[in-house]
Amino acid sequence: MKKEKSEVSAGKFEDHLARVEKIMEELESGNLDLEESIGKYETGISSLKKCYEILGQMEKRIEILIKDENGNFVTKPFKVKKTQETEQS
Amino acid sequence: MVISETLNLFSDLPAFPMSIGGPERKVLSVSQLTNRIKTCLETGIGYVWVTGEVSNLRQPTSGHLYFSLKDESSQIRCVLFAGSARGIKFKIEGGQELIIFGRVSLYARSGDYQIIVEKVEPKGVGALQLAFEQLKNKLAREGLFEPARKKPIPFLPQRIGLITSPTGAAIKDVLNIIDRRWAEVSILIYPVRVQGEGAAEEISAALKDFNTMPGIDVLILTRGGGSAEDLWAFNEEILARQIAASRIPVISAVGHEIDVTIADLVADKRALTPSEAGELVVPVKDEVEKTLKQSFLRLTALLQNQVQGAYHRLEVIRKSHTFRQPLDQIEEYYQQLDDLLMGLPQLVEKNIQECYRKLQMGAGRLESLSPLQVIKRGYTVTKRFDNNRLIKSVNDIKINDEVLTQVKDGKFIARVNKIFP
Repeated sequence: MKKEKSEVSAGKFEDHLARVEKIMEELESGNLDLEESIGKYETGISSLKKCYEILGQMEKRIEILIKDENGNFVTKPFKVKKTQETEQS
Repeated sequence: MVISETLNLFSDLPAFPMSIGGPERKVLSVSQLTNRIKTCLETGIGYVWVTGEVSNLRQPTSGHLYFSLKDESSQIRCVLFAGSARGIKFKIEGGQELIIFGRVSLYARSGDYQIIVEKVEPKGVGALQLAFEQLKNKLAREGLFEPARKKPIPFLPQRIGLITSPTGAAIKDVLNIIDRRWAEVSILIYPVRVQGEGAAEEISAALKDFNTMPGIDVLILTRGGGSAEDLWAFNEEILARQIAASRIPVISAVGHEIDVTIADLVADKRALTPSEAGELVVPVKDEVEKTLKQSFLRLTALLQNQVQGAYHRLEVIRKSHTFRQPLDQIEEYYQQLDDLLMGLPQLVEKNIQECYRKLQMGAGRLESLSPLQVIKRGYTVTKRFDNNRLIKSVNDIKINDEVLTQVKDGKFIARVNKIFP
């Protein structure tokens, strides 16, 4: 099996996005002083950057697993055959 | 055919020799007789379909199943050998109404006749339906369908494991939808048979294998529509258990909306169709990018607002009267200081002149007080010559002392001749 790409970044996309949303709420509440707000803003922007990083590293890759003669998995690119319509068992 | 009718068939059996004693007497051993009865039963009745209620069910470790089938007035022993039992999807339980197919035979050891069962169907409800209900109840009791057990489906998976037939309709639907929503995603297909003998085991193995691979964020288990038999693999316990054991979240999309399988119930998320699985597994890229962009703008605007607000407040405070006052005071001091600084050179000059004047005055006064001035007016100063002490009293001198007297234009020394106190 092909070596997996190293983890894009610590934390999942949705976690970063959720952090941004929470920060927006906090900023909207108006309960923060200016210094706190600037800190939150910086955190928010860095989370957004992480999101974009994750997006930037995603690529289209469709592969199929095949067992070789030794029973090990190998992956091969997969293309949908347009002609076949029937469900195969 | 009901059991009582089955029993009536004995009337058709050939008559045995009934004469007692006589030369033609033929004595049979028990085994011989039993064998004859067995042959009669097996050839005379053979295969039958019988319906009745299950009772006295026993299943020893051998895997063979022993039970009686009974109706209101009769009962008959049945045996279901392990080999035949394996083909039965549902679980036979006491009290069930069954339709069985088997051959009537005789168990020679006990002399009991019985039906050797080969096929079993539940009465009234299809076998698959019953099997489905039984497994569903069993797994539900174990809590396998509990919402609390279900793992959340990641919002944006990096790598999707797809378990399906590589040539089916489902794979195309799933891949199409994913491609349309978020093409830049990695998909790993595990090809499996999705129907027929061994399909459930194959799908289970795929789930297990995927769980050993790193970096798979979500699994999709799918196949297109089909008959209940076609979809059966997705109702098997082995697969249900494997789905429940998966550490990777599983989306199940089997058949059409009306087909609910056990796999669908155990899975972390059920998609009604393979296409819906594609919709559940990835968001729409354009929308996400829009969200990110809006978030950035909103975040920045919020901070700008706050900075502006703070700036405004500062301005208001700065311009307020109370805040002005101390500033005014300070500025006044500054002005004074400036004035002072500017006037300093003149001031110094003036001071110096003043000093001069005072000095001159002092000098004049000093001069007027000088004894020299007094001498000028005719007075004299007399000191003792020996120690230069000023003589202010007759007690300061005695006869014959020499004194030094200073006059306006010189000095002289004299001797004291007489003293008049």
